[in-house]
Amino acid sequence: MAAPKKGRRPAGGQSRPGRALALILIAMVALTGGMFWSGHTTPRLGIDLAGGTSITLKAKAEPGQESAVNETNMNTAVGIIERRVNGLGVSEAEVQTQGRENIIVNIPRGTNEKQAREQVGTTAQLYFRPVLAVAAAAPQPAPTASSSGSPSASPKPSSSASGATAGEKSATPTATASTQGRALTEALKAPSPTPTGSASSSTTPKATGTPQATPTPDAAQAALEQKFATLNCLDPKQRSVAGQGVKPAEPTVACGEDAPGIWSKYLLGPAAVDGKDVDDAKGALDPQRGMWIVNMEFTDAGSKKFQAITSKLASQTDPQNRFAIVLDGEVVSAPSVRTTLSASAEISGNFNQQSAQDLGNILSYGALPLTFETQSVDTVTAALGGDQLEAGLIAGAIGLGLVIVYLVAYYRGLSLVAILSLGVSALLTYVIMALLGPAIGFALNLPAVCGAIVAIGITADSFIVYFERIRDELREGRTLRPAVERAWPRARRTILVSDFVSFLAAAVLFLVTVGKVQGFAFTLGLTTLLDVVVVFLFTKPVMTMLAKTKFFGNGHPWSGLDPKRLGAKPPLRRARRATAPAAADPKEA
Amino acid sequence: MSKLGDLGARLHRGEVGYDFIGNRKIWYGLSILITITAIVALAVRGLNMGIEFQGGAVFTTPKSEVSVSQAQEYAEEASGHDAIVQQLGNGSLRIQVGGLDTSQSDQVRSELAKDLNVPEDKIAAELVGPSWGEQIANKAWTGLGVFMILVVIYLAIAFEWRMAVAALIALIHDLTITVGIYSLVGFEVTVGTVIGLLTILGYSLYDTVVVFDSLKEQTKDITKQTRFTYSELANRSINGTLVRSINTTVVALLPVAGLLFIGGGVLGAGMLNDISLSLFVGLAAGAYSSIFIATPLVADLKEREPAIKALKKRILAKRAGAAAKDESPDGTDESYADEGEIAVIGPRAGRHGRAPEHRG
Repeated sequence: MAAPKKGRRPAGGQSRPGRALALILIAMVALTGGMFWSGHTTPRLGIDLAGGTSITLKAKAEPGQESAVNETNMNTAVGIIERRVNGLGVSEAEVQTQGRENIIVNIPRGTNEKQAREQVGTTAQLYFRPVLAVAAAAPQPAPTASSSGSPSASPKPSSSASGATAGEKSATPTATASTQGRALTEALKAPSPTPTGSASSSTTPKATGTPQATPTPDAAQAALEQKFATLNCLDPKQRSVAGQGVKPAEPTVACGEDAPGIWSKYLLGPAAVDGKDVDDAKGALDPQRGMWIVNMEFTDAGSKKFQAITSKLASQTDPQNRFAIVLDGEVVSAPSVRTTLSASAEISGNFNQQSAQDLGNILSYGALPLTFETQSVDTVTAALGGDQLEAGLIAGAIGLGLVIVYLVAYYRGLSLVAILSLGVSALLTYVIMALLGPAIGFALNLPAVCGAIVAIGITADSFIVYFERIRDELREGRTLRPAVERAWPRARRTILVSDFVSFLAAAVLFLVTVGKVQGFAFTLGLTTLLDVVVVFLFTKPVMTMLAKTKFFGNGHPWSGLDPKRLGAKPPLRRARRATAPAAADPKEA
Repeated sequence: MSKLGDLGARLHRGEVGYDFIGNRKIWYGLSILITITAIVALAVRGLNMGIEFQGGAVFTTPKSEVSVSQAQEYAEEASGHDAIVQQLGNGSLRIQVGGLDTSQSDQVRSELAKDLNVPEDKIAAELVGPSWGEQIANKAWTGLGVFMILVVIYLAIAFEWRMAVAALIALIHDLTITVGIYSLVGFEVTVGTVIGLLTILGYSLYDTVVVFDSLKEQTKDITKQTRFTYSELANRSINGTLVRSINTTVVALLPVAGLLFIGGGVLGAGMLNDISLSLFVGLAAGAYSSIFIATPLVADLKEREPAIKALKKRILAKRAGAAAKDESPDGTDESYADEGEIAVIGPRAGRHGRAPEHRG
């Protein structure tokens, strides 16, 4: 629809107006039916019109990093949260800072509040860590397991069915005790000392000598191993703190859910790749396995790091050939590596469509620089009093009434076409907006309502351009039927050229901007497209059909197409012969 | 209808018509005057940016008897800024007021405490950052920039670069005037008004393109004739689409006028009023500039083109010759209201170009 198309059949060639009308009628019925079937019969309103939920988040300063809660980080967090809750740009959520350490997130009524809350609060710190050991969720199946006092108290055999080696390791937590322990200690260091290695190398325990030679890191190691041994991933409380607040460069323990309700615990090496190395991520359905996964593309730096770690892991044996994908301290999945990988990776785990897409969304938009805790969740009323909306609607209705009066006064019978076209356009806009609420979270705010009111002008302009073209043709002395067909190609060109500009504005703003401007652009694009659809599939066919009726075809004075009233020239044949043109053109005289 | 329809017919035939191009200097002057006023107003008074852009203070009051709209009045009185009042689930009120610093916020808090009849320390006051942060604003500017470039390229391809330039000038003209009105009236600039401005951006260009489309059609075969200069044809084109322009403008403005005058009159100031004002001014300016600014500008630019220049020379020479030879018959050429001839140029030319006998 870009450039004006010339040289199409001049007569417009719409010989089957019934077909177009049937098409739009079916579309209207189907959409309206869909709307009632879905049960969402009103568009979702934005927070300014309907109120919604206000979530207050408080930045949690990590011990020793209090200075991290500063303006820069807060603003970054606002930007990231904004994109998370408003991924498609049409949900009209608002995000702002409050005070020094709070962020307020306002979500319009009708949004999936729980999901929004999860998305908002998730820090989304993603790390790829090499797996050093895996064990079943609880330290021991025996009830005594909970007494997690001394590290030496636990050399009981593990009865865990999953992974005998891992079980053994967990059962021998002291650093010095056994070969397994040594292997583990070795493994703890393994990922770090390679010269090409990741950012983690500096803070890991020294790589030389026996474990006993370096007492300080050993103590840390011992503590960690003890932690691993006693960790009970079946306990939600322990689970939630297991991998939290750990520096990426340090080894850690974490829990991961293998299948709903079935947990494993992991002992993990320092992070090799982190979320910042992810360039883009998307939830997708893996057609082969029929499960939801998240595909990631790494940045250049990320690819190198990922290559380094996978090439190292590929030569190890299970479980040390695995790397764990750790999101906010929890292992999402821990696939084993067989070959060296680089540019992209996929995360598979217990995803459904929603959670895969959410995670893709979150990873694409980056991790929050700070950890937040939800401080309060409040419902809020509309920022704009209900009276404002009501008065606005009444005023708009009066204005629309005046438009109809004007159209009737000016176009008489023809105004029927204009009013019906406006009606079709309004109905389609309404229904589509109502359907888009549940589909993509579209919410209508006051500016969008105003945009829709302006759209009345743009939509009406399309008919007006066409009507004036028809009248010009009549004035040239044509009868209505050829006039309707001849006027169409030129009116069509004007409509397409000018609507394209509007659509361009909408498309660019939608793609480039965020937040409310994006929402506005969406409304503009939608109404522009509908304008074209209505003119092509409704206004033009209706005109073609009406031209065949006596009332319009013969130019009844009330049809709005009376050649005499329009001051038309007499038909051409007579004009040629006419000796006294003045008589043929009484209005002019 | 009959009178307007008749006018339409006479405009169509070129019997009546306003000399938009000939009088362009008057309209340029008027527009420059308005634009300068707008710029001066902007420079002197600045814009009253809302809480979304500059942040402000948020007060959380305990549950009270005061209604939301009353609280809004109190807050606006106490602060002198627009206030957004929301009721929270537990019945307490959240009042957001833009443009306050810490000391002002304390002052507003104590006044609010008096108005709402609650102890001052029960009202929590905190400064809030802008929800329309720098990032969002930057993205919006980028979007606007990209759009402007693309639309100029598009217009340059679909029409020609002169029209693209003229459309852009008309657009800037419309936006400046609208922003100037904001500054003059002192309305608060909210996200809603920004979106109003963007709506105008779309409409202004849309309207200009419709007028240009007719101009392009009228002047398609300009070099193949020697009756009319470019400016004259441009003028005909404007007059030919004048009825459409009037109708469209009326239809576009009526609902907005309803919002502005009826809605605003009933409710007084409010967000609705802010948006409808920017829309009303912008739509009117958009319709005006397409006709009075954009098209004459194209004519001005076109008349500098060598081919068009030469054409004008030839036409003037021809007219002078004709006038010298025979004074009366072609005397009307100067006003080019040569009735019945409007259809000579353009697509209709082939069908009934010869109808010189058609005169009233």
